[in-house]
Amino acid sequence: MPGFDNARQFPQSIEELDFSDIEEKYKVPFEEGFDTIIVVDNAPTVDESKKDKLLKFIRKIFKNAGNIKDIDMPMDPDPKTETLTSKGFLFIEFETPEQAAMAIKQYDGYPMDKTHHLAVNRFTDIEKYSQIEEEYKEPEEEKFVDLGSDSIAEHLRSWLTDPQARDQFVLYRGDVVSIFWNKKTEPPEEVHKRMNWTETYVKWSPLGTYLATFHRQVIALWGGPSWNKIIRFVQSGADTPFGPEDEGRQIIIWDVHGGNLLRSFPSSTLSSDGTPNKITWPMFKWSPSDKYFARVTQGQQGQQGQQALSVYETPSMGLVGNKSIKIEGLVDFEWAPSSDKEKERDKHSGEKKQKEELLSYWTPEIGNQPARVTLLNIPSKEILRTRNLVNVTDCKIHWQSNGDFLCVKVDRHTKTKKSTFSNLEIFRVREKDIPVEVIEVKDVVIAFSWEPKGKRFAIITTSDPNYGQPTQGGVTLKTSVSFYYLEKPKPGKETLEKKTSNAIYWSPLGRHVILATLRSATTFDLEFWDLDFETTLDQKEFAKADPAACLQLMNTQEHYGVTDVEWDPTGRYVITSSSFWRHSIENGYILWDFKGTQLQKHLLKKFKQLLWRPRPKSLLTSEQKKALSEEEIKHRRRLTEEWNAWRKRVEKELSEERENAGIVLPSRRDDDTIEVIEEWIEEVVEKTEEIIDD
Amino acid sequence: MRPILLQGHTRSLTQIKYNREGDLLFSVSKDQVVNVWYSHNGERLGTYNGHVGAIWTVDVNSTSTLLLTGSADNTAKLWEVQTGKCLHTWEFKTAIKRVAFSEDDAMALAVTEQRMGYPGTVVILSIKNDIETEQSDEPINIIYPKGSKAMAAEWGYLNKYIITGHEDGSVAQYDWKTGDQIKSVKAHNAEITDLQMSEDRTYFITASKDKSAQIFESNTLNHLKKYMTDAPLNSAAITPIQDFVILGGGQDAMQVTTTTMRQGKFECRFYHKILEDVEVGRVKGHFGPINTIAVHPDGKSFSSGGEDGYVRVHHFDEDYFRFKYPELH
Repeated sequence: MPGFDNARQFPQSIEELDFSDIEEKYKVPFEEGFDTIIVVDNAPTVDESKKDKLLKFIRKIFKNAGNIKDIDMPMDPDPKTETLTSKGFLFIEFETPEQAAMAIKQYDGYPMDKTHHLAVNRFTDIEKYSQIEEEYKEPEEEKFVDLGSDSIAEHLRSWLTDPQARDQFVLYRGDVVSIFWNKKTEPPEEVHKRMNWTETYVKWSPLGTYLATFHRQVIALWGGPSWNKIIRFVQSGADTPFGPEDEGRQIIIWDVHGGNLLRSFPSSTLSSDGTPNKITWPMFKWSPSDKYFARVTQGQQGQQGQQALSVYETPSMGLVGNKSIKIEGLVDFEWAPSSDKEKERDKHSGEKKQKEELLSYWTPEIGNQPARVTLLNIPSKEILRTRNLVNVTDCKIHWQSNGDFLCVKVDRHTKTKKSTFSNLEIFRVREKDIPVEVIEVKDVVIAFSWEPKGKRFAIITTSDPNYGQPTQGGVTLKTSVSFYYLEKPKPGKETLEKKTSNAIYWSPLGRHVILATLRSATTFDLEFWDLDFETTLDQKEFAKADPAACLQLMNTQEHYGVTDVEWDPTGRYVITSSSFWRHSIENGYILWDFKGTQLQKHLLKKFKQLLWRPRPKSLLTSEQKKALSEEEIKHRRRLTEEWNAWRKRVEKELSEERENAGIVLPSRRDDDTIEVIEEWIEEVVEKTEEIIDD
Repeated sequence: MRPILLQGHTRSLTQIKYNREGDLLFSVSKDQVVNVWYSHNGERLGTYNGHVGAIWTVDVNSTSTLLLTGSADNTAKLWEVQTGKCLHTWEFKTAIKRVAFSEDDAMALAVTEQRMGYPGTVVILSIKNDIETEQSDEPINIIYPKGSKAMAAEWGYLNKYIITGHEDGSVAQYDWKTGDQIKSVKAHNAEITDLQMSEDRTYFITASKDKSAQIFESNTLNHLKKYMTDAPLNSAAITPIQDFVILGGGQDAMQVTTTTMRQGKFECRFYHKILEDVEVGRVKGHFGPINTIAVHPDGKSFSSGGEDGYVRVHHFDEDYFRFKYPELH
């Protein structure tokens, strides 16, 4: 208990008080202030009388770069004249670091007059350069390890040869990025860990070969069993592609193996009214074979409605046919994924034939031309199919993972424009003439997802009045989930009502799906469904008649504060995570198996992201994959043999013991000799006699 | 398969048992009623009245002449199967949670509850199979299991020993003649809710609230198999033909408030007995947790009793018998 016993030791005056903890808390970080300051050198030296004129002149020059907060030109007494004169340099403080950067870019070297060419630099750079060592030290050459091309591939794909067929994942928590092996029911085994490995986030390459980390000006790729840096790409300017900067920040395409810059593109152009265009990412979309990449380009300044689809081909990096495809009103497009069969054919054929690759795009209503979805082949530029649509508010293109089906979700408004509803236009791409089926959905579709490699998809709809309203933020919407089966002749459907689910996560192999309720304050449900649940004991006959009959909820679970759901690449496991980037309550992750059985739970403070390492497409055909692996079959045979051997031994022991005891139990099972006798006994219930008198 | 729904109880089922031939199914419940049914069509034969407390357990002798029940009214009663007459009542200090006839019908065990200063026990009773003869009140022996109380118990073959399953998840072997523990193993992480023997009593299956079921060898208590599920289990049974085990239980208590009531979704789960990890199928239909499962001795049907007061009798169809894993044959 604090008391006044040691009153004499109390501080006597304010100077003696220790404010260090408060000072710590409210300390203004030293560096931050100075990114907005530039140093302008080689200015004319002036005395007091001309100072204002010079400052006004400087201000006029630099005001184009941004808003000047302050200009400071230190004046020192000149030993000769004994008046205050400027020293030939001054400091300008801008509102933001970006403006300071602009000023440097634009005015470094600016000729004020014949003798004064301004030198403009960052204030912080001066400090940096003044500390460079006087003597030149040759940089250490990075040892070149020649692994040979085959062993490079082996070395980079070493994780796939894990004898236990485990998958890896990367975990970003606080400042530490670590790689782990997934060990099912046991805690994961750490492979590698590094502090400050990335500044923003991490990402796997699509085939899982590299881990990319992002830094101020560098993107680095890491891989191999010892997680060495494989290659790095240096960009001038910052790393994220957002923000309306013109010039200086560029979109660059690199070759991963050699690290060469293949082509750069200016990042934004100004649209017709002079404001910079918002950049949507991904800016370029790659075709499935990587032979082409394309983007939507807006027209030249001042020309309305001159959208075009620019398709470039590799390795030349030039436009296909040397020009972009003009498509008026073009909003968005998507490449069709290639099917597994096509990929196999290419692999086995050996040569890369000039293949047509399909993409789809949509255009809104323009003038008296209706809204339209178009399927286009590249490089022939042949239009395979068009479909007109009316009363369209918006369209979203969803390709099935094999490119077999295309669904265009069309949000329509009624003639009065009062309410919106959705239609799903399903294109059966593999069939002759690409027939289109329309599925009407009464309510708004808030989520859509194809089953990977399947003929089914799931949608989430809501008729909740709170949807789209400002009040929606705090409310958990009531939703319905529907599963559609694209059977002939008519698509089948199964709907689950009274849900709160707002996100669909299919297993990468299809069949299993998780319906999750994300970003709700009250509900954190995870429902694990199986679409092909056939018990051998019943329903097998039903399954053939009605595919929807096999929909089965395997499990319902909950993960408090769930923000993301991630299937592992084999579809055996799922991780649900609660990321520090979205909120800070109970961050961490839970590992489940595909049936929804919880295997592990980890609460980790400052947990940010967890990503499974992708696997390259399997070298097995789908038929080969369906069969159980050699391992599985051997394991099962072994179990059965062990059991049978044990039974034989035990039964022998038992019969010996019984014989010795002289007690032999009669066999219970006499299969065919059981007689079922049913007797129908007639009982007289009532007997009445009626005498009818005539 | 089409299940037959037996409606004869007003409260949750506690145990069901087939007789040796399998033509009769006995069911007992918290509603103090003992019912007997024809298993092939679900027709009820009759009831055995007399208990004044919830009935926890039932067993029938191998000739289907004597029925034994244990109740929360602190008595175990012996009945004449055919007539329904109560032949004898044994009084105890606490409730009887499990009864079981020995292989030769000469003895029966009764597991008594631990309560109010009385330790849980396993009482070995002498049974005279002649209906006319007076039964003996005096037990052959009383076993006082050390440590955790017994929840369920069964006889070994040739009356070699008694197998017990305990509240702390352990499984033990006792010599019923001396009352000594022969052997004990730590099997489960939570209480054992059911223990059922294989046909020849050389191995048995235990069900536990720790969401798993396990198979042990009777003589050695060696662990043979483990089946993991996601709900606490109340009962487990071994099918005499086809290599399956049937597990039944309840929903995890935590989930009850957060999930919507799923009508008829409580399930009996079939796992492959040898392959452990492989779930073969599920049979749903109960409106509440499944408390007890029994398999017909010929293996062609099984029954389940639920918290909902219903007994469901399922006769397997063709598919069940033809089911085989091709790689194993």
